[in-house]
Amino acid sequence: MSLVSIRDVRKSYGAQEVLKGVSLDTGRGDVVAIIGRSGSGKSTLLRCINGLETYQSGSITVDGMAVGDGKTDLRTLRRHVGMVFQQFNLFPHLTAGENIMLAPTVVVKEQKGEARAVAESLLEKVGLAGKFDAYPSQLSGGQQQRVAIARALAMRPTVLLCDEITSALDPELVNEVLKVVERLASEGMTLILVTHEMRFARDVGTKLVFMHQGRVHEEGPPKALFGQPATPELAQFIGVQP
Amino acid sequence: MIQHLNFGDLLPYWDVFARGLLFTIVLTLTSTVAGLTLGTAGAWARTFGPRWAGALTRAYVEIIRNTPFIVQLFFIFFGLPALGVKLSENTAAFIAMVVNLGAYSTEIIRAGIEAVPKGHLEAGASLAMSRWEIFRHIVLKPAIMNVYPALSSQIIIVMLGSAVVSQISAEDLTYAANYIQSRNFRAFEVYIVAALLYLLLAIGLRALLRGIGRAIFPKG
Ligand SMILES: Nc1ncnc2c1ncn2[C@@H]1O[C@H](COP(=O)(O)OP(=O)(O)OP(=O)(O)O)[C@@H](O)[C@H]1O
Ligand SMILES: [Mg+2]
Repeated sequence: MSLVSIRDVRKSYGAQEVLKGVSLDTGRGDVVAIIGRSGSGKSTLLRCINGLETYQSGSITVDGMAVGDGKTDLRTLRRHVGMVFQQFNLFPHLTAGENIMLAPTVVVKEQKGEARAVAESLLEKVGLAGKFDAYPSQLSGGQQQRVAIARALAMRPTVLLCDEITSALDPELVNEVLKVVERLASEGMTLILVTHEMRFARDVGTKLVFMHQGRVHEEGPPKALFGQPATPELAQFIGVQP
Repeated sequence: MIQHLNFGDLLPYWDVFARGLLFTIVLTLTSTVAGLTLGTAGAWARTFGPRWAGALTRAYVEIIRNTPFIVQLFFIFFGLPALGVKLSENTAAFIAMVVNLGAYSTEIIRAGIEAVPKGHLEAGASLAMSRWEIFRHIVLKPAIMNVYPALSSQIIIVMLGSAVVSQISAEDLTYAANYIQSRNFRAFEVYIVAALLYLLLAIGLRALLRGIGRAIFPKG
């Protein structure tokens, strides 16, 4: 059974239908890379998975928990679903370490000392040992995004959602963030990521999803899709001749 | 033409000035703490609170911001006894100051809350934090940081406005000045000293607020 199961999800903003019946399965340890044009509904889909957006019909389950049926407590769900954003969204009044410790201490009620130890080891894992006391404003974009990843990991999520997490970065900072994500993937973390990094999607992804006009237009093994796109839309998007 | 300036006539009354000054300082500090607490609660109600609390707060803010402070003070001191609420001069002065600062700081802090990027709230929600936890741990401090200069100015305004409480015979600095002037008839000297003391208070309070700001908000 898949860890994240999306069934025929439809979502509209007013009269505009943004998701027109999306179905998608993500197994444990999968790395699902979602690509597609601006406005195709990638962010919306991702945000439906952790309940940041509601949807009108269809169903989403994460590890057996139904999302958006009004019965599952969103906070319970979100303890299992981490999210990293394009704009980092670090809390500016807290240090890197405090950003990571906040949810474990406030939500999970971990002891300060314990949470601190976890935060330190996570910072080390993302290559930022020694930055515990740095404020976000004192960090580069790439460093901030790695802190944001560590912050999400501190809740020990079952699945991590990443929405264009390198799009706001200067080109020379993209790789340090992708390396961290690649390492998570190699450790078996389940990842669903929206990305414009085609090479990353091909090399690290276990499944590629091409979204087009609110639908999953094409999906399959990344190498196969990149090598031989079945639809002209994907071919055009990735710039190869079908 | 000013003739025969004589500050010496004030000397016998130095302790009256001192007591008035102390009263104004204590009144300002206590009502600032209480007023900002009320303002924070009001701002919470307007942004994160239930609809009814937001509406109630809005009415409170509008009433206070659109009526003179002295009328609010008189209502509390002279008006409330009609409802059986009898307050001492000092208590009435304190309450009037708190209610007044509470309304203005509600609006200021609300603006600070609205300036917190939506993404930060979503990041908090994604970390399984409740609305209250998001407000308390993610929103509140940056919100106050956003509007700290405006908040500081409002506190100074309220401190200076506290002179009005002398009208109900709360024994503040202005009350002391009025009292001394009625004894020695040295109006010019008395009020210039009072003005100077208010000026020093304002400068001191500003420095204090700046120091507090520096201590609680991270630099950079
Ligand atoms: N809060 C909103 N209100 C109204 N319309 C919205 C809202 N959020 C998104 N949309 C619309 O929904 C559509 C899909 O948006 P979405 O952000 O999911 O696209 P995307 O694939 O993530 O695009 P991008 O690559 O630019 O991030 C767009 O047409 C967008 O204008
Ligand atoms: Mg998007």
